[in-house]
Amino acid sequence: MSSTNQGADGAYPLLFERSVPGRRGVLPPATTVPVAWNPERLPASLRRARAPLLPELSELDVVRHYSGLSQRNWGVDLGFYPLGSCTMKYNPKVNEAIAALPGWQRLHPYQPEQTVQGALQILFELERDLCALTGMAQATLQPSAGAQAELLGLLLIRAHHQHHDPAHAARRRQIIVPDSAHGTNPASAAAAGYEVVQVRSNDRGLVDVKHLKELVGPQTAGLMLTNPNTLGLFEEDIETIAEIIHAAGGLLYYDGANLNAIVGIVRPADMGFDIVHLNLHKTFSTPHGGGGPGAGVIAVTPPLAPFLPGPRVEYDAAKNQYHWRAAGPWTVGRLREFYGNFGVLLRAWAYIRSLGAEGLREVARTAVLNANYCRAKLQDCLEVPYADRPCKHEFVASAREVHRRTGLHAQDLAKGLLDRGFHAPTVAFPLIVEEALMCEPTETESLQTLDAFVDALQQVVHLAYTQPDELRTAPHRAPVGRLDEVLANRHLKLRWLPDPPATGPTAEGPTP
Amino acid sequence: MAAYPQEYRYSKEHEWVKVSGNKARIGITDYAQQELGDVVFVDLPSVGDTITAGQPFAVVESVKSVSDVYAPVSGEIVAVNDHLSDSPELINQSPHDEGWICEVEMSNPAEVDELMTADEYQASVKSEAE
Repeated sequence: MSSTNQGADGAYPLLFERSVPGRRGVLPPATTVPVAWNPERLPASLRRARAPLLPELSELDVVRHYSGLSQRNWGVDLGFYPLGSCTMKYNPKVNEAIAALPGWQRLHPYQPEQTVQGALQILFELERDLCALTGMAQATLQPSAGAQAELLGLLLIRAHHQHHDPAHAARRRQIIVPDSAHGTNPASAAAAGYEVVQVRSNDRGLVDVKHLKELVGPQTAGLMLTNPNTLGLFEEDIETIAEIIHAAGGLLYYDGANLNAIVGIVRPADMGFDIVHLNLHKTFSTPHGGGGPGAGVIAVTPPLAPFLPGPRVEYDAAKNQYHWRAAGPWTVGRLREFYGNFGVLLRAWAYIRSLGAEGLREVARTAVLNANYCRAKLQDCLEVPYADRPCKHEFVASAREVHRRTGLHAQDLAKGLLDRGFHAPTVAFPLIVEEALMCEPTETESLQTLDAFVDALQQVVHLAYTQPDELRTAPHRAPVGRLDEVLANRHLKLRWLPDPPATGPTAEGPTP
Repeated sequence: MAAYPQEYRYSKEHEWVKVSGNKARIGITDYAQQELGDVVFVDLPSVGDTITAGQPFAVVESVKSVSDVYAPVSGEIVAVNDHLSDSPELINQSPHDEGWICEVEMSNPAEVDELMTADEYQASVKSEAE
């Protein structure tokens, strides 16, 4: 077994492939206490026939494995990535410092209220701050992540209809989403049991109001919308859209994916939204990579508040005390145990409090300015649809012309960027723009970084016309070269299996 | 660009139909497969399912997107191209022939008349690409 971070075929070996039979990280002393554990006490159906196939490694093997991986990784702490707030903003280190304070680290969810007043105050203030920024009345911080919050938003829509018009609630089976929507919207609506109906975008890249009017009716449960939308354009007809949905008896759900563009400037409540979804890793700069934990928030107008999950924190001014208040009788119920991912919520609180109201406004203004700057500089080399007006925090360029003249795709340009020290932008999304390259620089990037990024993209486009073959096989200077995505998708390998099949332990898991 | 068989009919959602008697074989067009890129998975309908013209009945997944396949005609499915489960690339390699998706017993054969001819489809694809 190789002790380096390079396998024979050039691939990075897995922990399983580094395994050596009998090797251990820790050797505990023999116990002097009689062993009470008796597997015979478990029903046979719950017992493994074979030991699980776990890698056998020393501590140092494992440290080197992960340190090696981290050196091959790319993140915003290393350089610019144009995926923007939608993926994850830069996380200011002060948030981390605050979340690392021992008082927070040692909290236990079963502690009595009097001993966790500080934590309750954080949750209370965060809810108030997020409500102030969205114009909503109440919020729940409980959802484990954005997807769970999205599901909750839809459950609230259903609860609202069932409560106010139980006889016809079942008829309201449709959720409308724009054709530029994030894929999560139709996915969540379908998971909540709704039928998904798509409203078209018009030639200005906005919701086609005429088409929306044709789609709504007594079957409409609600509309899910981001504003600004996925093209980075502000939905100028939002008030008309809200009127149409409300007149049909439906509710308006705001997907907070693009709140970074408008935070502190305009509130979703004032646009007519009833439910606001916030993914705290987006606008509020909480960690997100590596599978979480995340934090999703759902904020609502007063009529929807009684349906929220509980408990929520309340403040008793007379006693100057914070306390838990259980959910009311109309609640849709809990989404998880306890109170949400507190460590993540704490970072969002720290972010909001360190910037203040004016600082948050400056975030939105700078994010929008940076996007417009890049877009203007890129228009010489790439088509940018809908550039007749300023964009918000992001813009979508099209490599259609490059594709027509060279056969290369937006993805090839993206791979070329990797060789120039930049992460790729989102490609092939939104689907309504051909050969899309979606760029969101965010507010944290300097003028020099933005210039360097635009230069790199211009170089790549130039390369497409002069040496297309180099891009076809890019990246050449990244830790791994061009991956065969088609092969990977057609022959899914979701877990490692020994090759050839080992005798003795296998990775088959428990045997029934 | 591949030739669009003259005897087929085409929908604006880029499906083709090959009619023989009351049966119709359905697939997606060469233009559609080019737009999708390499197909990696096809969610096939089942024999016995009823499909309705204009409604999605199958899903084609490529590296870059997931797309519904809309029924160009209505009817009951009598055969499904099981080869696509193991070899979704047939849609890319042979969209108008080996990459067929299913065969239906049409409930309203008049729907075929509303579909485009090969020439009409070719013209519409050309204008879409411009």
